[in-house]
Amino acid sequence: MAKSVLIVDDESYIVTSLSFVMKNAGFETGSAGDGEEALEKVAAMVPDLVILDVMMPKKDGFEVCKEIRANPEWKSVRIMMLTAKGRDSEREKGLALGADEYLTKPFSTRDILARVQEMLAVDRVAS
Amino acid sequence: MLQGWVIVATAVLYLCVLFAIAYWGDRRADQNRSIISNPYIYALSIAVYCTSWTFYGSVGRAASNGVGFLPIYLGPTLTFILGWFLLRKMIRISKVNRITSIADFIASRYGKSAMLSGLVTIIAVVGIMPYISLQLKAVSTSFTMLMQYPWVAPISSGSQGVSIFADTALYVAIFLGMFAILFGTRHIDASEHHEGMVLAVAFESVVKLLAFLAVGIFVTFGMYDGFGDIFEKARASEELASHFTIEGSGGYTSWVTLTLLSMAAIIFLPRQFQVAIVECVNEQHLKKAIWLVPLYLFLINIFVLPIAFGGLLRFPDGTVHADTFVLTLPMAENQEALALFAFIGGLSAATAMIIVATVALSTMVSNDLVMPVLLRINKLHLSERADLSGLILTIRRCTIAFLLLLGYVYVRLIGDSYALVSIGLVSFAAAAQFAPPILAGMYWKGGTRSGAFAGLAAGFIVWAYTLLIPSFARSGWIPESFLADGPFGIELLKPYSLFGLPGLDPISHALFWTLFFNVGLFVLVSLWTTRSVIERSQANQFVDVFRKTSEGHRVWRGNAAVGEIKQLVARFVGEVRMRDAFERYEVSVGRRLANEDLADAGIVAYGERQLAGAIGAASARIMIASVVREEVHDIDEMMEMLDEASQVIEYSRRLEQKSRELQIATDDLKAANKRLKELDRLKDGFISTVSHELRTPLTSIRSFAEIIFDNPEMPDQQRSEFVDIIVKESERLTRLIDDILDIAKMEAGEIDWQLRVMDPKPIIQAALNATSGPFQKDDRKIRLETDIAEALPQVNVDSDRLTQVIVNLISNAVKFCDREDGVVSVSAQHKDGMLVVRVTDNGIGIAPEDHAKVFQRFQQVGNTLTEKPKGTGLGLPICVEIVKYFGGTIGVESALGEGATFWFSIPEAKEA
Repeated sequence: MAKSVLIVDDESYIVTSLSFVMKNAGFETGSAGDGEEALEKVAAMVPDLVILDVMMPKKDGFEVCKEIRANPEWKSVRIMMLTAKGRDSEREKGLALGADEYLTKPFSTRDILARVQEMLAVDRVAS
Repeated sequence: MLQGWVIVATAVLYLCVLFAIAYWGDRRADQNRSIISNPYIYALSIAVYCTSWTFYGSVGRAASNGVGFLPIYLGPTLTFILGWFLLRKMIRISKVNRITSIADFIASRYGKSAMLSGLVTIIAVVGIMPYISLQLKAVSTSFTMLMQYPWVAPISSGSQGVSIFADTALYVAIFLGMFAILFGTRHIDASEHHEGMVLAVAFESVVKLLAFLAVGIFVTFGMYDGFGDIFEKARASEELASHFTIEGSGGYTSWVTLTLLSMAAIIFLPRQFQVAIVECVNEQHLKKAIWLVPLYLFLINIFVLPIAFGGLLRFPDGTVHADTFVLTLPMAENQEALALFAFIGGLSAATAMIIVATVALSTMVSNDLVMPVLLRINKLHLSERADLSGLILTIRRCTIAFLLLLGYVYVRLIGDSYALVSIGLVSFAAAAQFAPPILAGMYWKGGTRSGAFAGLAAGFIVWAYTLLIPSFARSGWIPESFLADGPFGIELLKPYSLFGLPGLDPISHALFWTLFFNVGLFVLVSLWTTRSVIERSQANQFVDVFRKTSEGHRVWRGNAAVGEIKQLVARFVGEVRMRDAFERYEVSVGRRLANEDLADAGIVAYGERQLAGAIGAASARIMIASVVREEVHDIDEMMEMLDEASQVIEYSRRLEQKSRELQIATDDLKAANKRLKELDRLKDGFISTVSHELRTPLTSIRSFAEIIFDNPEMPDQQRSEFVDIIVKESERLTRLIDDILDIAKMEAGEIDWQLRVMDPKPIIQAALNATSGPFQKDDRKIRLETDIAEALPQVNVDSDRLTQVIVNLISNAVKFCDREDGVVSVSAQHKDGMLVVRVTDNGIGIAPEDHAKVFQRFQQVGNTLTEKPKGTGLGLPICVEIVKYFGGTIGVESALGEGATFWFSIPEAKEA
């Protein structure tokens, strides 16, 4: 069974590009354009991994991350945060809130794919 | 038969002996074999306290008041036993500062004030005058009585009614005056001890004690069978029984008052200060004096009651004045030799007092009153006179003559209206006025010159009003009604019950009010006024006299040669003493001083102290100041220089000013720092936001480039879609960079504005043309409505920039207008001397709380419900900068759901 990845970003081009890359690698994908939609999608599909932008309307990535982690049913959901603000303090904050990975824009699609495969493979071995 | 010439001869002989003793004492002192340097002489000299007042008067008081005479001797005993530490401190202070008199002491403490020393001198002279007259009266009375030997005269007629030339008191005054002049003013330099005088006074103390004891023993054991017999007989007499109790002797108030008064008098009477403090050669002598003085007082009082009772029993009809019992009892018993001895005893008591009092007072008058005044009178050119010691001696001799004359006048005026004791107490009360400034001055640094002056002046005035003037009234010199009804009949001002304070005897009453005003004003004025530098340093030197071993630091500004200082000192103390003094100084500092050397602070201070020993601190300071500064003609100017207070106040004022300025500068710096921090924070936020805005399109560009590269086999349609995204995002990036550069340049003032006065219509048209693109697109139906007025005002603008503003506003309107049925309207009007351009859309509008926000950088308040706005977030901020530069304003009118109108106005250009 294919692993699923939810891509959350308010920049539609970024969603488009990441969806293409993930689908190409054999993942199931879903997408959301803001924080609230992201939580709805998480509830609906319970993805294996969420690629989560920080600066979004309505609810920012940190809040979404916190809410996912607050729900025990979504314990297995991996979270990879993306941000255009590359400061260490932001990174610390994301990791402290329970994110598994924290990447800075602009990223390389090759890197991000490798990271996603790595995270989900580790998961596979563990289970 | 005791003949007149025998009495006179004995008296003269006695005085010659005194001279011889004094001469011997001075010789020994000159040979450095001081004979007075032992505690016994010291204690005996302090017994100058016992004057003829004691000798005759205490018997008089005992005869009328019984044990009421005791407080006068209890007080000094208490002072010596309990207050020895005060004496020790006063002695130490006086040695360190070379104090010459009580006036000098007070003036020195409060900043060497000439005015203060003058006031103390006046108080002392006026206050002691009754006391001196008392001695004259005692001597003349006793002489008159004795001349009539063996007939015991009835109550003495006094001097009133007698012509001046027949008045014994006048001759006594002249005789004692000459004696005091010869005796007390042989040479000057008051602080180098009048050893001869002290020795003579000690001798007199022995004589009067022996004489009194002799009479006492004769009365007690000759006329009666010892103390038991005489007291028993007295108790048997009803009249005398009350004499054994305090109630019978004036009551407790009177006792307390008299004890306090005499506690003060033993130190603060000028002559007591002279012998106990100034003439004290060794502080250690005080240790024995603590019990020797009380012992002397005890001895001289043993026979007071027996003699009083003896007299009262012997002359029961009251025809003989009790003040004369010491003399009249031996006379009545035909004891020729004893009567003569008693007379000599009384004479010795009187002369001792007069010698010491006049020496002390004449020193004060010359040093603290006359010299400072003379030195201030420039016409006299005193500071240029070579030898002033002659002048000083003349002043002192005149002072002594004047004092005795004054005393005589007082005797004539007051006559017999007062008993001896009461006259003495008037003087005691005057001396008590010195207690507050001296005692407080030794322990409280806060006391100021003004405070001491105010207190002393008030105490003196009240003293004169409640004691001195009434004494004139009682003698009939002033109407009696002054006492009975107060001046002008004002009850509250009655001298014996001032402000309605009744029920006290005159002395207690006066003591209460004088000290009330003295202490009260001293404390209040001291707290109210500030101390000058010299007051501070003197206060420290007095209060901390036991703490400081060194001279303390002295500040001296000015310049004088060593020779000048020496010359000055020599003029007052003589060449020989000056040379001795400066040789000692050279030894102590370990170097030779050349006359042309510049005098340093130490030498100036040393010279000043040498001078102070001769002419007092206040005068010395004036003299020193006159040589240390050239050509000082104006004494006020000189005094100003002496008092560094004004300068220090100026310094401290400037310091305060500086510190205020510093405080302001600090506050400014803090504020500036805060602004900088805020700016830094803003700049940080700006950079962070810019970085975010740049990274976003970059991410898309990079991602799609990689995707196209990694997927060569992707369908062409998809490929061209992705390439299109790359192009769009590159354009977005370019716009962003342009805007950022624009706004940065505007802020830095680096824009090259091409301002020209022009018609705005073509500019508006150009802007409309540039934005025509969106309106022609098919997928979005947006209508453009324009309302451009025919006549628009000329404006002074940069045409490209104005175009940019209008384009930005139209682009925004297009972006935010209704998606289904978009309408954008542009209007331009001439209104109130302004060009007003309005761009309206029919979009979702902007909530009023967000109106200000839209003009800030990167703050897009768009229709975020549907999609993210596509602007750079810098368009409106750029418009703000441009319109501001044209002198106009920009704003927005909108409410949620009702579209938005962005407008700007630019003032009409003035026709050149």
